[in-house]
Amino acid sequence: MAEGVTPRVKVPKKAEAGEVITIKTLISHPMESGQRKDGDGNVIPRSIINRFTAEFNGESVIDVKMEPAMSTNPYFEFDATVPEAGDFKFTWYDDDGSVYEEVKSIAIG
Amino acid sequence: MKFKAMTAVAALLVAAPMLGMADEEAELVVNGEIKMVTKTDAPAHLEGALPEIMSGWRFRSDETQQTQMDDFDNPGMIFVDQAQAAWDTAEGSEGKSCASCHNDVESMEGVRAVYPKWNEEAGEVRTLAMQINDCRENQMGAEPYKYTGNEMTAMEALISVQSRGMPVNVAIDGPAQSTWEQGKEMYYTRYGQLELSCANCHEDNYGNMIRADHLSQGQINGFPVYRLKNTKLNSSHARFKGCIRDTRAETFSPGSPEFVALELYVASRGNGLSVEAPSVRN
Repeated sequence: MAEGVTPRVKVPKKAEAGEVITIKTLISHPMESGQRKDGDGNVIPRSIINRFTAEFNGESVIDVKMEPAMSTNPYFEFDATVPEAGDFKFTWYDDDGSVYEEVKSIAIG
Repeated sequence: MKFKAMTAVAALLVAAPMLGMADEEAELVVNGEIKMVTKTDAPAHLEGALPEIMSGWRFRSDETQQTQMDDFDNPGMIFVDQAQAAWDTAEGSEGKSCASCHNDVESMEGVRAVYPKWNEEAGEVRTLAMQINDCRENQMGAEPYKYTGNEMTAMEALISVQSRGMPVNVAIDGPAQSTWEQGKEMYYTRYGQLELSCANCHEDNYGNMIRADHLSQGQINGFPVYRLKNTKLNSSHARFKGCIRDTRAETFSPGSPEFVALELYVASRGNGLSVEAPSVRN
């Protein structure tokens, strides 16, 4: 179980209809690869965020599968076109079954 | 001014903008809203020593500067998040957290700007780190943080964030004056086999190169600072120790009375610059 996992998201509060906006997301997570050993030579079990998705009003914007080579605190920055007012929903899936969610609303105008 | 002259010469030699050369006129605005003062008139006590004071941000490359302009890009903010969790976590025999007494961390607004500060009850000048450990030991009954440890620098950063953009304004008169004088004495004392004082580099030669890097004025308004070289937050005392070590001297210990005095003096040299912590440097 990873501790101190906190998602952070930056989405503009409003945009013009059809405007391309930049979204930044970061989740603090150790992203233990499963390749390392502790001081006694035992393998430290893998514990990573293995999937990240962003949806806008239920429509998929980005869906990322992550592998153990990802570094600590995965950071994603991507562009999205905003056709209408609505909610961006961000979801991170942890190896241990935890699901972290964050929702940001965006207005038009 | 040397720094200006340097960049002017560099601009003549290389027609294209120099990579890694700080843009002298750039302004630091964090998140598009917090305007920072990174260059201003020197405080009165520096008359004759420095014409104006400049944040270390001005001496960094464009890329490093930009990293500090958005909390998302600033890796130091991850430690602030960690400290926020620690702020709300009860520890020690008293079962109290920072929040038990201080409520929201927003109540710390303005604190970073005036530290190190004279503590009347203790009869000494105290740094923010000393005050944090005093709370931990005497209010919470918890183990003190290691003075330059990750938990301490993260907590200092969290408290500093509440004062971002406010001008540094440490008191140097009254009961703090003798400590300040001691710090000033140290600043101009040559240490080590290389016989270098703080002033030799940071007052006489800021803007010039030290190996592959620009010497800054050694301002500490951005501490604790996220350094790209060790990817963590660094306290001012750890930096002092590193500098004195580089003069090939035996250093003082972080948290020692000598470094507390030096921190007060160096902080006072930045009176008027904005609290930037956690800043990003190389």
